Amino acid sequence: MGKVPRVIGFVRNIRLWFAPEEIREEGSTPDYRFSLANERTFLAWLRTALALIGGGFAVDQFLPDLRWGWRVGLAFALLAAGVLCSLRAVNHWVRCERAMRRGEDLPGSRFPAVLSLAVAVVAVAMIVLVFAGWAG
Amino acid sequence: MSTGAQAPGRDRDPGLQPERTRLAWRRTTLTGTVAAVLAVRTALHGGASASGLAVGALCCALWSAFLLLAQLRIRTLTRPETPPPLTARHATAAVLCTVALAVCAAVLVV
Repeated sequence: MGKVPRVIGFVRNIRLWFAPEEIREEGSTPDYRFSLANERTFLAWLRTALALIGGGFAVDQFLPDLRWGWRVGLAFALLAAGVLCSLRAVNHWVRCERAMRRGEDLPGSRFPAVLSLAVAVVAVAMIVLVFAGWAG
Repeated sequence: MSTGAQAPGRDRDPGLQPERTRLAWRRTTLTGTVAAVLAVRTALHGGASASGLAVGALCCALWSAFLLLAQLRIRTLTRPETPPPLTARHATAAVLCTVALAVCAAVLVV
């Protein structure tokens, strides 16, 4: 799957975020337990997003010795990850809900891998900066 | 928390799905509370300016909105009948609260 079709698919899905009737017209209603499991997955991703946003605040508040550029840069990286994570949460929820109604396979995603790499990069940068701050 | 799920018309759900989903909403609200507390701490840090206070108040309002959404959904899941699936509008509203909180955070951090 190329990058461009995925972006187009994302934009098409935005319509579905606000129009639940369109999802409900497709296919058949799945077992309510599957829908609730999908809802819990959505909430777990939303918690991840909120934790990333909290991490952005924490960098700003608890690393006051960092230079302004680095502090704001790291905080922004975490906040941006939080925004992406929350938008992706609702998009993935819509796609799973639709796939279950149509009886298709659940959609795969590279997002977890990308997010873990981004969090790892931010964590390593923070460790290096804090130790560099101690040394200097 | 009340246990209204034991209705005579419905077989016992051995997976306790509605209960688990209610608790997931509670956990998510708790995480949102932590983020909102950090937001208020940032807003009040180093002498509160008028704009800082305004953004801090907006964060509190967003947290209240999220709490309201969570309570509405928890109430739906507590009813004895088979719970209806989450609506897309409800999910989008919760996500928009989160995104707005991140925007407030960006304003406060800079």
